[in-house]
Amino acid sequence: MIVVDVMSGVLLGAGALFALSGGAGLLRFPDFYTRIHAAGVTDTAGAGLILLGLMLQVSSWETGVRLLIILLFLAMTSPTAAHVLAHAARRDGVPVWREGDERR
Amino acid sequence: MSAASGRSTRGETIRATLRTALFLAVFWLVLSGHFEPLPLVLGALSVALVCWLDWWAGLKQFHNVTVPFLLRLPRYLLWLSWQVLRSAVAVTRQVWSPRPALRPVVEPTAAGDLPELAQVIYANSITLTPGTLSLDVDDDRILVHSLVFGDVDDLHDGAMRSKVRRTGASS
Amino acid sequence: MISAVMVALLVTMVLALLRAFLGPDRYNRILAINMFGTKTVLFVAVAGFLFGRPDFLDIGILYALVNFVATIAVLRLSHYEELVSGRSGGAGE
Repeated sequence: MIVVDVMSGVLLGAGALFALSGGAGLLRFPDFYTRIHAAGVTDTAGAGLILLGLMLQVSSWETGVRLLIILLFLAMTSPTAAHVLAHAARRDGVPVWREGDERR
Repeated sequence: MSAASGRSTRGETIRATLRTALFLAVFWLVLSGHFEPLPLVLGALSVALVCWLDWWAGLKQFHNVTVPFLLRLPRYLLWLSWQVLRSAVAVTRQVWSPRPALRPVVEPTAAGDLPELAQVIYANSITLTPGTLSLDVDDDRILVHSLVFGDVDDLHDGAMRSKVRRTGASS
Repeated sequence: MISAVMVALLVTMVLALLRAFLGPDRYNRILAINMFGTKTVLFVAVAGFLFGRPDFLDIGILYALVNFVATIAVLRLSHYEELVSGRSGGAGE
């Protein structure tokens, strides 16, 4: 059982780190499009690892299934939302940041 | 199955509706966990309502979701998770590096040889992978925004594209 | 470990809120709020484990749903033209 606890702890810790990194990237990256990539890190690696870590600690199958549903749902909706946002911004003429530009 | 814009045959529509109903019923039972008459009746009503909405709005949600495709999907998702983790590490490095070496590029990548559902999966996978983002999808290519040039170059190599094709997702 | 994850998620949510306040344009704000929402889902799930209340997960599922629909709805309101790319012409195709 201790092995499972350690594995769960590692997954949770790594997920929390990815979540924090994405948050920092959201502030640090220079423009809207690059920030979407940072937000993507929290939504995929962060969310996935945290939910997997929780799955190792479940006491009943219902809880596990709910966690799996949340994971699958986030994995389906987050790229869709990101694509729709990026597409709308592009249509609106939000310029792409190039190397050497001012940050916006 | 049916062509992208053509009308489905009656049999296809019925089979797809049955698949939708089955999926929704299982979803309801798992989430509610109650098997008394009232929750079951409410569940049946909800399933019927959603199936009707599905047909009324002309959505084709489950028309192309076949059993062989579902069986091949987990393997792809496992591979995709690995890719996502790898590129998440790469983006995280950029975030914490004192001077991030970002060289964003916007470039189209080929996707014309993929059937419709496979194109959707491909575009979503591109966005799901940190470092690449699909901006626009048209008939034969996907416009990709990439944090560094190498990421979009990897897409051109076509490893992900051929893996998506192998899931057997049809039009 | 679980409380550490909760703290990390809270910090991430504050960072997202900061970006929402800083903007500078509408898209940055929508992106930040969307990310704030997905972190809330995770936060609710983790809180359920910390307090021994697995029924929190149902709230998490619901919140994930509402968050996605809200993001799309906000974009719909600010963009009357077609939102998504593709070959389709109108709704329902």
